[in-house]
Amino acid sequence: MGRIIVITSGKGGVGKTTCSANLGMALAKLNHSVALIDADFGLRNLDLLLGLENRVVYTALEVLAGQCRLEQALVKDKRLHDLVLLPAAQNRNKDAVTPEQMKQLAYALTKKYDFVLIDCPAGIEMGFQNAIAAADEALIVTTPEISAVRDADRVVGLLEAHHVKTINLIVNRIRPAMVQANDMMSVQDVQEILAIPLIGMIPDDEQVIVATNRGEPLVLSENFSLSGMALQNIAQRIEGKDIDFLDLDAPYDTLFSRLRRFFKR
Amino acid sequence: MISDFLERLFLGQDVTTSRDDVKSRLKIVLAHDRANLSPELMESMRREILEVVSRYVEIDTEGLNFSLESDQRATALIANLPIRRIKFEADAPPLSESGIELPAVPDEPTQSFPDQPERTSTDPRSPANPDIDLSL
Ligand SMILES: Nc1ncnc2c1ncn2[C@@H]1O[C@H](COP(=O)(O)OP(=O)(O)OP(=O)(O)O)[C@@H](O)[C@H]1O
Ligand SMILES: [Mg+2]
Repeated sequence: MGRIIVITSGKGGVGKTTCSANLGMALAKLNHSVALIDADFGLRNLDLLLGLENRVVYTALEVLAGQCRLEQALVKDKRLHDLVLLPAAQNRNKDAVTPEQMKQLAYALTKKYDFVLIDCPAGIEMGFQNAIAAADEALIVTTPEISAVRDADRVVGLLEAHHVKTINLIVNRIRPAMVQANDMMSVQDVQEILAIPLIGMIPDDEQVIVATNRGEPLVLSENFSLSGMALQNIAQRIEGKDIDFLDLDAPYDTLFSRLRRFFKR
Repeated sequence: MISDFLERLFLGQDVTTSRDDVKSRLKIVLAHDRANLSPELMESMRREILEVVSRYVEIDTEGLNFSLESDQRATALIANLPIRRIKFEADAPPLSESGIELPAVPDEPTQSFPDQPERTSTDPRSPANPDIDLSL
């Protein structure tokens, strides 16, 4: 039986879909079979980030309406043969599906796939309820900003209420130079405030946008950028491996910043 | 950035960074979110606690601090009530015979003290009984 993991955040635009696409690909590269479910009905993005947009024929809605088999709706990745995407409908709103139906789809996929990753929409309404309904585990994505952290905390509370037992934190878009200038919360600051276990940190990186432009997630390329490495490491931690966290500060650790730390408090 | 650094160097710890600010703001916001207490409830709780404490000691209202804090997903009510002076026994409600046990709270809803009249006056918004309606 595969593991069902929802990638969620509360606040929009913090990197859920970026993480879903990359972690799905990274787990497939590590020889696991992976099904990605786009639960963002009406605003689907995951097909674009994976570069699979031209191959979408059916969506989860046709499966649920009995118009096609689940198998037929799954878009198979050509680069990694053990990765499939179950696309969301683009022309329907988030109320088109119920939590029960999402459970049916996700449970069916766990019979064949080691990992079922669900890309959750922003917010805490119906689309969120659908996305978390089947999940046993959650990855909370946040950026080191006040509103994103507040929303993440809200979502952690809701997940706990839904008996999602395993909740891990990903802090995305860190800017080490700003942290060192004391103008941004550090990963540790965010982790301490949210008080859930940290599974990864991803630097703010232009390569994320380049990868999105091409429809080729970062973890696919041969020579990783720092952000690609960070995502690859998260996939290995999901597997249960004990991987050291990257030292994002290293390139910025100048004499000046050391002096600054010396004079601080 | 650099002026920040110099300020810290010469003015000491008084200058807070935006990182310190955001952390302390978040801690307070999250404590309230997690406890799901409305500002009105916080206010009446604050008033009632002050009312009880003021029966025994005189509180320095300037230095008063009353807040929710959250640590490791557990929320605590933190009250810092600086004491200006302990009231004389004559002011205080009767202690139990041993003088060691905690005194029982008198039955009357309010007791008035000449030195703290406004704090002990009855407020229609502060619930008189324990079954507070928490629905918002
Ligand atoms: N580490 C990063 N560095 C730079 N840009 C990033 C990073 N992570 C995400 N982004 C950018 O932020 C934007 C939002 O990312 P993404 O679509 O993954 O967020 P989301 O949480 O899925 O959004 P939504 O709530 O709308 O579904 C994208 O333009 C993406 O390229
Ligand atoms: Mg998204």
